[in-house]
Formats: sequence, C-alpha cells, structure tokens
Amino acid sequence: MSSDIHALSGAYAVDALDPAERAEFERHLATCDACRAEVDSLREASGMIAETVAVPPPPALRDRVLADIATMRPLAPVTARRRRTTRRRLPALLAAAAAVVLVAVGGLVWHPWSHPGSGQEQVTLADRIVHAPDAQRVRTRLKDGTVVTAYRSAALDRAAITAHGMAPPPRGRVYELWLQDAAGAMRPAGLMSSAPTSAVVLDGAAAHARGVGITVEPPGGSPTPTTAPIALLAFS
Amino acid sequence: MTRDEPAPVGVPHAGTPTGAPDLAGLLVRAARGDESAFAQLYDATAARAYGLALRVVRNPAQAEEITQESYLDIWRQASRYDAGRGSALSWMLTIVHRRAVDRVRAAEAETRRETAYEERNRPVSHDTTAEAAHASLDAHRVRTALAGLTPIQREAVELAYLGGYTHTEVASMLDLPVGTAKTRIRDGLIRLRDVMDVGGAR
Repeated sequence: MSSDIHALSGAYAVDALDPAERAEFERHLATCDACRAEVDSLREASGMIAETVAVPPPPALRDRVLADIATMRPLAPVTARRRRTTRRRLPALLAAAAAVVLVAVGGLVWHPWSHPGSGQEQVTLADRIVHAPDAQRVRTRLKDGTVVTAYRSAALDRAAITAHGMAPPPRGRVYELWLQDAAGAMRPAGLMSSAPTSAVVLDGAAAHARGVGITVEPPGGSPTPTTAPIALLAFS
Repeated sequence: MTRDEPAPVGVPHAGTPTGAPDLAGLLVRAARGDESAFAQLYDATAARAYGLALRVVRNPAQAEEITQESYLDIWRQASRYDAGRGSALSWMLTIVHRRAVDRVRAAEAETRRETAYEERNRPVSHDTTAEAAHASLDAHRVRTALAGLTPIQREAVELAYLGGYTHTEVASMLDLPVGTAKTRIRDGLIRLRDVMDVGGAR
C-alpha cells in the first residue's frame, strides 16, 4: 500500500475527498485491510462529534419516517458469496492510438468495501446515482471496444460514469471529465489520473446537463477541452 | 446477520448515553422488519442525525429531507450492518453524513461558500441552540476531547466533518499547503479516537 493513499483515510472517513479521490481510495480500500480498519475506527471518532451538534428534529419528521418504512421491505441479508469486480481482461489495449483509447472504470456496480461474507456494504454516491429511481443511462462504445456508460440522476443532481475495458491515460496525460451544461458549454467535472475500477462520480450539478464528455488533457487538467473528446454521451 | 446476542465485547458503543437502548440490537430487529424496534432506534438517534445534517447543510427543510432519506436507507440496509466493523451509531451517522455532504456539494452555490464560510469562522461558540437542546455528558466529553487537539487539527476536522468541505478546500481555508489538511484531519481524528477510546484496534 502506498503511504500516500493511506494518508487519505481520515479525509475519506469524514467524506472530505473529491469524487475522483473518493473513487480511487475506495478502490484501494477493497484491497487494504489496514485502511479499512482505520477508516472504521476514525468514523467512530468523527461520529462522536455529532454529539456536540445534536438538535431534536421536528416531531412530524418521526411520523414521516415511520410512514416511509411501513411501505418498504428491508433488504435481505447478503448470504451467498458474490463475485468480485471482474478483473481487467484487456492488458494490451495499449498506446497505439493513445488518445483514442479510453478510460477504464470497472463497469460492475459494486460496493467497493464488500468482501464475501463481510455482510456490510457501504453505499457510495456512485451507487446511489446508478441505482437512483430516476437514473438516466446512456451508453457508447469506443473504437477499442470500451463501453462507457453515463448515469444521471436529476433528483440527486449528479452524474457518474462507468466503463468496461481498461486502459490508463496516455503517459504524462490525464483523463478529464466534462459536463456539458444546458447552454452547451463544457464544464470541468473531474480528473482521472489512472484507470479506476469503480464508478466515478462527476463533479458538479448534473440535473440540467446535456451530456458527459471525456478528453485527454495535460496533468492538472484544463479549464476547457484542448483535445477532441474521446467519448461524448448525450442525455436524452 | 441473524445474530441475536448483544454485540460482542470490544465493539464500541461510542456515543450511546448510559442506559440508552442497545442500538445494534435494535438494528438487528429492524432488519427483520420490526417497525417498533426501528421507532426506538429513531428516538435514540434522531437528534444526532438531524443535528448533524442541519449543521452541514444549514437549512432546516433540507436537513429534514436528508434525515428522512437517511432513515429510509438505514431501514432498508439494516441487514448490511456489521457489528464487527463498528458501532451502529457510527454506521448510521456515516449514512447521514454522506448524504448531507453530497447535498451541499451538489448545491455548491456560491452563496453557501461565502456565507457559510463566515458563519463557520466565527469564534467557535458551539451552537447555543444545540447546546441547550442536548447538553449531554457525552457532548461534554467530546468537546473536552476536541479541545485536546491542536487548533489546526481541530479546525481541520470540524471544517471537514461539520462544514462538509473537502480536504483541499480545508487547506485553502486554513492557509495550509495543499496536501497538508488531509494529514491534519487524520491526525486529529486519530487523537480524538484515542482520547475517546472508541474504535480501537479490533
């Protein structure tokens, strides 16, 4: 485990990572027991702070909550072993047309913390977007076969992407995500310096976005796209 | 999870006032569809959940929505709670906190940036309303523990957890070099954890 990523445990425990870092750290968590234990323990600590800001909610809220649950069945426990995210299968998509090769995000929607038998799954923002009742889904296939899927929940006001197939960004470059706003402008929505294995949440409000784009940009990203998008997905 | 017994020894029940119901046990019953257990769970935790949401989003209507959605999540996901990983309260508050943070980041209105920053930078006078409403011994213990952090650690932790800011934003607000705030947050939480004696090595 790199000590660098390990240092994100505290910020992750209090939800203080940006979406790209969160996705990256969750990928790390899936393989690092030490970090998982540390995050759990730091959440115990941060949860204590809620004690200092407690305020009784309006009584009507209790009625609404209890009315809600009366109409919904709790999820069944996780009993059977479930498959881990499929490992990358495409080791060799390489550089040839580097700019055309795309992002790789483990496409399976998967709670990165889950271990077979652990019984606990943390719901990530990405999961919530992907599974939102109002989620819209659009898909495209790149030249190399990578399938990119964009999800948008207007209710959550956020979008996320996944992609099947794997390729890191070209050497010395990063992938930049974009949300096209209602006026047609491309707004930066996050960077991916590596090929994440889980869904990636885009930065920024997405309820009115027209679509999602991905470009290859210099390190640190660009305020506006400097290369032609390698993927462009329009929400209907 | 079909465990009937109380959570195993060594599992922290941090933040649970003395004599309070066994939250983990209530959660287990809720997972089986026991609505009255869930109502008790709500009664025992709602002030913390709502207060946390309110502190992060600063808007009572939104805080109510977040609380309502969070409890629905908690009900649905109750079977996923794993006592081996931490207390029921921590699990529940994690759900509330993430929802609250997602909400403010989604809104991300410039106005919030400005006004909230000012509010948050008033001398820490711990919400007097909250204090009056919930002057519990636990709150006092936590404040004492927070007071034991270095000022930078405490501010970084509070801006991140109660302010809902990212570590990068926290660094900028506290004039720290980028990349330093995450370390302060982590160090502060570790110290808080150790002083409060919660969530130790399992």
